[in-house]
Formats: sequence, C-alpha cells, structure tokens
Amino acid sequence: MSDPAHPNMPSEPSGTRLVATLAAAGLFSGLAIVGIYVATLPIIEANNARALERAVFQVVPGSTRMQGLLLDNGELHAAGSGDAPGVYAAYDDAGTFIGYAIPADGPGFQDTIRLIYGYDPAKRQIIGMQILESRETPGLGDKIYKDHDFAANFDALSVDPEVVCVKHGKKTSDNEIDAITGATISSKAVTAIIRSTNARWIDELPGPDGVPPLEEGDAP
Amino acid sequence: MNDNLLYIFVSALVINNFVLSYFLGLCPFFGVSGRLATAFRLGLATTFVMIITSLCASFLNAFVLPYAPYLRLISFIVVIASTVQFVEMVIKKTSPALFRALGIFLPLITTNCAILALALFQTSREYSLLQGVVFAFGAGGGFTLALVLMAGLREEAELSSVPAVMRGTALTMILAGLLSLAFMGFAGLFSAVE
Amino acid sequence: MTGAQSHYEEFSKGIWRENPIFVQVLGMCPMLAVTNSAINGVAMGAATTFVLVGSSLLVSLLKDFIPKQVRISTYIIIIATFVTVADFSLKAMAPALHKELGAFISLIVVNCIILGRQEAFASKNTVRMAVADAVGMAVGFTIALVLLGSLREILGSGSLFGVSLFGPHFEPWVIMILPPGGFIMLGLMLLVFASIREQREKLGERLAAEEGAA
Repeated sequence: MSDPAHPNMPSEPSGTRLVATLAAAGLFSGLAIVGIYVATLPIIEANNARALERAVFQVVPGSTRMQGLLLDNGELHAAGSGDAPGVYAAYDDAGTFIGYAIPADGPGFQDTIRLIYGYDPAKRQIIGMQILESRETPGLGDKIYKDHDFAANFDALSVDPEVVCVKHGKKTSDNEIDAITGATISSKAVTAIIRSTNARWIDELPGPDGVPPLEEGDAP
Repeated sequence: MNDNLLYIFVSALVINNFVLSYFLGLCPFFGVSGRLATAFRLGLATTFVMIITSLCASFLNAFVLPYAPYLRLISFIVVIASTVQFVEMVIKKTSPALFRALGIFLPLITTNCAILALALFQTSREYSLLQGVVFAFGAGGGFTLALVLMAGLREEAELSSVPAVMRGTALTMILAGLLSLAFMGFAGLFSAVE
Repeated sequence: MTGAQSHYEEFSKGIWRENPIFVQVLGMCPMLAVTNSAINGVAMGAATTFVLVGSSLLVSLLKDFIPKQVRISTYIIIIATFVTVADFSLKAMAPALHKELGAFISLIVVNCIILGRQEAFASKNTVRMAVADAVGMAVGFTIALVLLGSLREILGSGSLFGVSLFGPHFEPWVIMILPPGGFIMLGLMLLVFASIREQREKLGERLAAEEGAA
C-alpha cells in the first residue's frame, strides 16, 4: 500500500536505501558546511584580529603593534600560531615595548564580565581598561562601560599593594577606584576581577628588558 | 576552583535561570506546565539528557571538533537526538506509566533549545569536563524549578476567575513575566566580592 | 481556485490566520530573546527566513526520494546545514549583529516552526506551494519579531532602530528590554490579538445571523 503523497516511493524501502539517503544527505551537508567554512574563515579571523587589536591599542595608549605571549615554566615567549595567548605585549611603530594587555574575566552582578586592561611594568600601573562582555543591569551596572569617569579610574592606577574599590568620591590614593553610584556591586566586581588577575600575572611579567622582542610577521 | 564550581551551579540554577533569564526551553515551559507531577518528571528527564549531552560535548570539543569546528552544530544535534532516543527506550522499559504520562513531550526534548544552548554555552565559555557537568546540573535544575513553579501557578490560576480572552497563553506569559521579575532578585547573590 | 490564488492562500495564511507566533505559539525562544531591539528582530527574521525557505525548497524537491523512516533525521540534517551556512555568513558579514544574537542563530535549528513546516507541509506539497508556505510563515514570524522588538525598544531604550525618539531626558522603562519585560509585553500582545480575533468572530457571527434572518 503506497503513500498517496509519494506515489513513486516503495512503501517498504530496504535498509540500503535508508542508509543511502542519510549518506547522501550527509554528503550534501558536509560539502555545503565545509564550503561556507572555508569561504568565511579568513573574513572571520580578520574581524576577530581587528577587534582584539582595537581593544589592546585602546588599553595600552600609544601602541600600534602587538603580539600574543605565553607563560611557560616562568618564562615568557611569543605564542605560536596555534596557541591561545595568555597576555599580549603592545609596542609602538618602532617595535619599542610600551605595556602588556591582560585579558580577564569573573563574576559580575548579573553574569560573567570579560575585560582587558593595560599594564605598564616599569611604573607598576594599570594604564587602561576596556569591558569586552557584560550583562549588567541596563542604566545601572552597564555604566561600567558607559561611564567615562569610571573608565578614567584606570588611566594611572597603581597595583601596589593591590587595587581596591572605594565609595564614589572617596578616592584618595593611587590604587583606589571610585565606584559608580548605584552600581557598587558591578564596580566592585570589576575591581575584584583585576585584583585576582593581578595576583596571577603581575609577578610573572618582566619589565621592559625582559619582554620578548616583537617578532616580524606580526605587523598589522 | 571550588567557589568557581559553586558559582557556575547557582548561576545556572537561579541567577541566570535558563528559562526565566535566557529564554530557553520555552516550548515545554508553556506546553506541558499544566500539571505539577508531569512538569517535575519532564524536568528530571531533561536534566538527565543535559548531563549526558554535556559529557559528550566535552568529549567532542576536546578530541574531535578541533579538527572540524564546522561540524559542531550537527554533531551536537546528533548527540542530543540519540540521547533522547535512548532515554525514551529506558523509560518505556522501566516505567510504562511514566512513558504514557509524558507522551509526545519525551521525543520533543530533542527540540528543546535549552539542551543545545547548554552545549553551545559550555563550548564558548570553555568549561572543563567537571565545570560542564556542574553547569548541566544547574541548568537542568533551574529548568525543572521554573517548570514546577509555573505548573503550580497555573493550577492555582485555573481556580481563579480569569476573563476568557485572557485565558491560555496570554495569562501564562504574564505569569512567566512576574516569575522572571522575581528571579531577578537573585542577581548579586555572589556579591561577597571583597 | 486557480493556481495563483491557492499559492497566495498558502502564503498569506502564515501572516495572520496561522501566524506561527500569535496563533500556533511556536518559536517562543527566539521571539523573546532577540526582541530587545527592532534591528535584532529584523536580523533574526532574515536568518530564519533563509533557513525556512531553503529547507522547504530542498525538502519539497527531494520528497519523493526521502523514505518515511528516516525523514526526520534527513530534515534535521538539511536544516542544520542551512543554519550553519547562515551562522558563518552572518559572523563574517555583520560580526556586531552576530554577537548580539549570540547562540540564537544556531538555535534556529531547533525552532519548532522549521521542522514543523517540513513535516506538515513541505514534504507533502509541490515545490511552489512549499515555498509559498515557507515565505508566508517566515514573513509572519518576522513581522511578529519586529513588532515586539520595536515596542520593547521604544519603551525600554527610547529609540527605534537605534534612532533616539524622545531625547536625552526620557527615562526609559528599562524592564522592557530585560527578560520580564519580554514575557509581559508578549503576553499583552497575545491578549490584544486574541481579543481582535474574538471581535472579528463575533462580528462574523452577527453578520451571518442577520443574513440568515433576512
């Protein structure tokens, strides 16, 4: 008894036919997917690289070139093309090292916050910070990336003894951050993220003399 | 590492509940949540599928997908469909009554976006195997929690006088909105950041 | 009924009479998640249209070659392929939009509307009818997305498509772009649509009764 909607098909197809159909579908699917992947991969990678560069050059003022670094047994060396860098080193046009850009993440008020901040090892100061991803409350917590005064906290922030967050307007010393009024928890979350990331990286990062030189081929 | 795991679990359970905060798993949420017992059992079945999916996704991400990242979506779907098929067979054998009670909603777990989303989030957040499983427990638990709460509310609503035009999906939506609003209160639960 | 008329019927039913969101209550997840702004709604609608029309086209073309026993798996493979293509294409062409929509582009693959149309219609009808049905459903879905997205953006951000409407002193109703606002706004929209349908039915009954009495 054949299916009236499909009069040309046998009603009890053999197992081979079933497998063949799925195999054909898989083949078509595989070709299409690999095709679009190969076609879009260079564009996507270029987009990602551009976005990362924009962030790094913003948190390390004056930098125009960068490379990724990996920490291996206490030694910093340039990350290969297949490795995911732990930190980035930013240089100026001439290849002179300016500062590090350190990515970090941690819990915020609502969800995880991802950010990147610039660090000058010679001055032991944070020189810039940019929020990469956050889901904080619109109008309140989202000021961590919308409020220019909050961002200004990170232009010359000393990391010694450690960064702390104080009530808005009460900032007295170099290592303090003025919290945003109405967004204390989000502000404290950002501070805690930077503090714990500092604890992991600051002592491992050498001064300008110990930074691996910019390898050619990393030019933008 | 420990409070990281706790944060992942509690975040998925209540702070960023899959249903009420991420808008996932809404089809079963609106479709089946009429009866408390059914809702609870569906939640458990979904949680189980989530845990298996999380384990398989971790395995795939570690060993297979680095060579073929474009196959991620299809391989995750295949894993989910197979797991649901397996769960269906097990439930049919061990508890035919439950199988009948769940009815069409059991195979529909495959199209529950919460499970696929779990696998995708776990991948983009680069969770380890343990973090992924804890995440699945939290997400499944949160899904079950939302389903059970909604079922309870709807059972109550049936006994109240609601205008006819409002009955059904419109009322469920508004109840869901109020539930979601209540769950927003969980934000900042981990604000012991000093 | 001529061919063109029935094609139009299949197309238009997706917009009002069998609107996937307001009538069939399918595809709720993306409906609520990406409608915090109008442009996000448009992008999701476009992506879903691409996947739905492409899948329906292919399924209808191949319906005589897909055995009943493996049809669901085959449909899912086809749909997942189109979704992957849409995902990578959007990531390359509009990375900012892709980041806003997040995982929901990939989640189109489990959107009940798409699989539902393959099973219920595309696998049993000619290619032209299947495409008409797909386009109609997709347009209905997109209209719903843009409607809810616009409402939520106007109230919650004071803007439409990014253009500020009320000036800098407008205090936005922030909850509208947060999850609870999505649920409540959609609930109110469903309420309005349900009451419109009820009014039209009552009007139709009254007219029929008057005609019968006449």
